[in-house]
Amino acid sequence: MAINWFKYSSPPSFYSLAGKMIPLFSITSIVLFALGLYIGFFVAPTDFQQSEAYRIIFIHVPAAWMSMFLYLIMAGWAAIGLAFNTRLSSMIATAIAPTGAMFTFLALWTGAFWGKPMWGTWWVWDARLTSELILLFLYIGFMALQAAIDDPRRADKAGAVIALVGVVNIPIIYFSVKWWNTLHQGATVSLTQSPKMATTMLTGMLIMSLACWMYSIAVILMRTRTIILERERNTMWVSDLQGAA
Amino acid sequence: MLKVTNLECVRGENSLFKDINFILEAGELLQVNGPNGSGKTSLLRILCGLAKPAYGEIQWRGNFIHSLDEEYHSVITYLGHLNGVKDNLTAIENLCISCALAGNEIDEKKAYGALQYMGLGGREALPVKVLSQGQRRRVTLARLLVCSTVLWILDEPLVALDNAAVDLVQRLLEQHLEEGGMVVMTTHQEINVTAVLTKRLQLV
Amino acid sequence: MFLWVIRRDLLLAMRQRADVLTTLFFFVIVVSLFPLGVGPEINMLRAMAPGVVWVAALLASMLSLERMFFSDYLDGTLEQMLLSPEPLSLLVLGKALAHWLVTGVPLALIAPILGVQFDLSIDALLVLTASLLLGTPILSLIGAIGAALTLGLRGGGVLVSLLVLPLYIPVLIFGAGAVEASSVGLGASAHLSLLGAFLLLSLVFAPWAAAVALRISLE
Repeated sequence: MAINWFKYSSPPSFYSLAGKMIPLFSITSIVLFALGLYIGFFVAPTDFQQSEAYRIIFIHVPAAWMSMFLYLIMAGWAAIGLAFNTRLSSMIATAIAPTGAMFTFLALWTGAFWGKPMWGTWWVWDARLTSELILLFLYIGFMALQAAIDDPRRADKAGAVIALVGVVNIPIIYFSVKWWNTLHQGATVSLTQSPKMATTMLTGMLIMSLACWMYSIAVILMRTRTIILERERNTMWVSDLQGAA
Repeated sequence: MLKVTNLECVRGENSLFKDINFILEAGELLQVNGPNGSGKTSLLRILCGLAKPAYGEIQWRGNFIHSLDEEYHSVITYLGHLNGVKDNLTAIENLCISCALAGNEIDEKKAYGALQYMGLGGREALPVKVLSQGQRRRVTLARLLVCSTVLWILDEPLVALDNAAVDLVQRLLEQHLEEGGMVVMTTHQEINVTAVLTKRLQLV
Repeated sequence: MFLWVIRRDLLLAMRQRADVLTTLFFFVIVVSLFPLGVGPEINMLRAMAPGVVWVAALLASMLSLERMFFSDYLDGTLEQMLLSPEPLSLLVLGKALAHWLVTGVPLALIAPILGVQFDLSIDALLVLTASLLLGTPILSLIGAIGAALTLGLRGGGVLVSLLVLPLYIPVLIFGAGAVEASSVGLGASAHLSLLGAFLLLSLVFAPWAAAVALRISLE
């Protein structure tokens, strides 16, 4: 049976579809979070080098992954919105930005918490940390630009341009920072030299990242629904919705 | 020939106008009337391709203007309600540069002639910031004398002009229409131009 | 046409020399503030100099970005440029080039004098100038995108810095890196060629992106 996907690209049908999908993703994410945290805190063995402090990676690593994936996805939706003039794609891009920024901040924060017992300092100008910080700046720039523009269509398009410029620049920035880092640091502390990971740790981490995915999808759908309502508040279907409620 | 079908413009959440249809042939003048805020400027900006309509299409000699793009720009001259002149440049520099930007490089002699015709003789070398509003408008309008475009899109060209200058502009329009040009303009004043056909479009 | 844009912007800059000089003095003052902030210890100053000069150049170039499109936007000239039969990206390239000629080039030329305050060697001073000459056009080109996007927005000046400064980071790293490398005797050619590569990249992509941004902002 063929599904007409284009049907869901119109805001009203997307609105109702998203409404049905949110509980699904929310529940999955809660279950996965519970499972992942259980494995992380009670099942995974204590690391003989890093003792208990390493357990923060069960949040840190998925958050760092999410922060990068979400930026790419955001730029992708924004690009579709710019190229094909589809309102919904731009709304999704706008909805992704705060979640992405949240994960970036979380990755930085948990990184600092991990760094204090491990490296003896909250912050190291490590290539990854620095790039993550710049990623946070890019998210903030995107959101600030969209917030400063009153006309939603202009905000969508301008946001798309800056998101795409950011995507082109991310590899260049990452490469520059990495190179800069190796030039400056004598004894580099590297995240990549961590000891071989036990299977349970890996399982826990994968479950946690899956949980983060589910959480992100649920939250982004919710936010997209809010944006749809805000933008279409004067249309027939929204007043019908209000009448029904 | 300029053909407009089912044009709709949306500003914010309100529809400014919709179902605008007209055809403009060589030698015809279209006068757009309407109260403030009825979308006259928006319509003109859409016609020259600066803004995109919410709905509807504009064709120039059978081709959609967004597919013609820069080719379309070479047949139109748009004068908006902003003068597009630089305060710190002289009248003559302004005219030469704005023509060059429109892809129409002119020599100084021609530019002097145009400014003279517009009644700015002797003021060509003054920076525009010392000129009056009406005189600045004349500097802008001098472009019409030296351009070789077919379709003129003029937003309130007569604002700030005195009677003599209004007359000048009217003669200019007549001449352009006689030569087979087309004009789309908005104005609050009554104009007196003999054209092959004067069409009126009322926006509400 | 392209030349007309440059000629016009330079003419305008000549008529408003104060604007150009303000940017230049901003650069000089910022650089001179650093020794006052961190103390006159000459070895430390020498180590800091490339970074300080480059960060100041970044800020000075960024502060003058608003000039690139804003006055043309206000008086309607930008509308006329959008309706030009020439490609808009070519026009943007012209404007970015003019911006570089009135901000980047003077910064690069005055930088050696400031470098002397930080006791840089002659070689390092030459590399500093070369890196600024190669790097500042990139700043103007990337900055054009930011300036075009924030055209006519409230708080546009601050917003531009949020958008543009993160994108300036590679230029900062390799620009300052070039001077550092030459002062420790490693040779700056690798850094300078990377800057050159960035310049080529931004010459190709930035005018086009800024042209798209201008159309969005003027719609």
